Amino acid sequence: MEIFFQQIINGLVQGSVYALVALGYTMVYGILGLINFAHGEVVMVGAMLALSALTALIGWGVPPLLALPVSLLLAMAGCMLLGFGIERIAYRPLRHAPRLAPLITAIGVSIVLQNLAMMIWGREYHAFPQLINNQSHHVGGAIINDIQIVIIITALGLMAGLMAIVHRTSLGCAMRAVAENQHAAQLMGVDVNRVISVTFMLGSALAAIAGLMVSANYGLAHYYMGFLLGLKAFTAAVLGGIGNLRGAMLGGLLLGLIESLGAGYIGDLTGGFLGSQYQDVFAFFVLIAVLVFRPSGLLGERLAERA
Amino acid sequence: MSLRSVSLLLAALFALASCGKSATDQAAGELIVRIGAVAPLTGPQAHLGKDNENGTRMAIDDANAKGITIGGKKVHFELISEDDQADPKTATIVAQKLVDNKVAGVIGHLNSGTTIPAAKIYSDNAIPQISPSATAVSYTKQGFKTAFRVMANDAQQGRALGEYAVKNLGAVKIAIIDDRTAYGQGLADEFIKAARAAGAQIVAHEYTSDKSVDFTAVLTAVKGKQPDLLFYGGMDAQGGPMARQIKALALNVKLMMGDGGYTPEFVKLAGDAAEGAYASLPGVPLDKMPGGKDFSGRFVAKYQPIQLYAPYCYDAVNVMIAAMQKADSADPAKYMPALASLSHQGVTADIQFDGNGDLKGGAVTLYQVKQGKWQVLETVGAAK
Repeated sequence: MEIFFQQIINGLVQGSVYALVALGYTMVYGILGLINFAHGEVVMVGAMLALSALTALIGWGVPPLLALPVSLLLAMAGCMLLGFGIERIAYRPLRHAPRLAPLITAIGVSIVLQNLAMMIWGREYHAFPQLINNQSHHVGGAIINDIQIVIIITALGLMAGLMAIVHRTSLGCAMRAVAENQHAAQLMGVDVNRVISVTFMLGSALAAIAGLMVSANYGLAHYYMGFLLGLKAFTAAVLGGIGNLRGAMLGGLLLGLIESLGAGYIGDLTGGFLGSQYQDVFAFFVLIAVLVFRPSGLLGERLAERA
Repeated sequence: MSLRSVSLLLAALFALASCGKSATDQAAGELIVRIGAVAPLTGPQAHLGKDNENGTRMAIDDANAKGITIGGKKVHFELISEDDQADPKTATIVAQKLVDNKVAGVIGHLNSGTTIPAAKIYSDNAIPQISPSATAVSYTKQGFKTAFRVMANDAQQGRALGEYAVKNLGAVKIAIIDDRTAYGQGLADEFIKAARAAGAQIVAHEYTSDKSVDFTAVLTAVKGKQPDLLFYGGMDAQGGPMARQIKALALNVKLMMGDGGYTPEFVKLAGDAAEGAYASLPGVPLDKMPGGKDFSGRFVAKYQPIQLYAPYCYDAVNVMIAAMQKADSADPAKYMPALASLSHQGVTADIQFDGNGDLKGGAVTLYQVKQGKWQVLETVGAAK
């Protein structure tokens, strides 16, 4: 039982990170109908920026509890700028081009960012400094540490905040309007370009936070870390129904849980016939099943609500 | 940033990328010998790939500085370095590229999974290949005369690790995790064989990939089986975070890895969770070999601390050049027989190949992390 409980916690931690990154994919898709494949790389740049800022600040004798939020803010600012730049350079000139063209520039941006990061930060792995005494807590036989608690709470808080922005503010109203019909929104006086830029910046800020979370939790950052994370988060977004904010959150958490429970129990359930090497197969099997029976994803049909 | 400055940046990038391939015209009367080197220079193992490239480059620079003559002509060795991304498909593409570039020999590849498929291409074109680091047993068992390695294979290493785990560390219930690569799986299989033969019980065998960073799910599953030792068949980039997660999950096991874990990177990534971890490395510790201290001193001064296989790359190049000198020819068909029968005093071992192209003798040294550093425990197997 405690093993089961531990797997649930593992899945929730992993799932909250997937959900945060998936939000970035789904927001852009909702508005532009474009899959921003460079989003995983934005997460990586966020982690790298935060780590560099953190190392520098601690080197200057700034106390860790102050250095952490400052470097997070710096990373968020950097990523917002990056997200703005990516949209401006790679997507805006192609907004009315065939849909394949921005998809290809997205992959191109992803490769350029990866290689730039490799040149700036090098090929080696960067260890994340152990700043706070990361205490472990025993909850009903399972173990959860401070960083993991912070990850789950922050992720839930950010999702609630994003929902509030989209549904309660005039900016959110404009985002929903652009998602529904770009031309009509423009006729109503919505500055479409501005709304799209802000969407990219919001997604990138979330990506920076996710990047810092991942590197703090696993204790490392690397120029290649965005690739797999981006792929998994994209899967989560599709699972939940791409374009739908609630879907991305649900998809992320679900994917995290499927992965950890799948890896943990598939061996015992099949009597050793299938082992944890089928962890990813398990996750993608669920994805295929969802797409076959609900092609628009779990929550995908509520088009009016997409942001 | 305006569009123009971005295109300038891109242009600069391309210019930088093309720097590696400078023109090959040399003064007349000089013999140019191209040596290919392949390792993952991008992706999660790029730090190891760069280390290999540096080791190879240093040997080639040394040889050029010495002014070697072959067949009465002064030789200029030229390095052609390729990136296989640790991916078996890419490995065959770059292997073909090297063949088309008419290299005299190849140092590589780094991973077993890439070395094995590439070996067929080199064999078909009769180009000798010396892998500095591929340890999978099957690499030299494909019946290719062109395949050599300067490192003990997984059978030798897995046996040393398995016996040490059971006899010296008293492990009774052992859990295994491997990364499903030719290397990780092969080493884990050999380890299991040796550990079972020594009387231990394998209570769990879980899997991950060579790109993962999250192992909490498989580690939690392992925890339910209550092992006293966990063997990981894979590389440092996974081993480091795994050590941290073992500690975070309060999993009370000894962690043991093969040569893929024996790097400063592992200690850096694992932080204080590295303490007490075990790993092995084929060969004798560098500072016990004649010329080993001199090599590491010069390498660190020129590049950066040795990650893992740089000394083996250095040896591999020198063995290849020694064979060319012995045969007085850089023609693969002529120097290959000399390579097979050579005895060369390298910085990692006294290198002689057996009939398969494997290293004769093949000592394996065991290490443990103590006070944040890998320390020698003991060397097993014939050091010859």
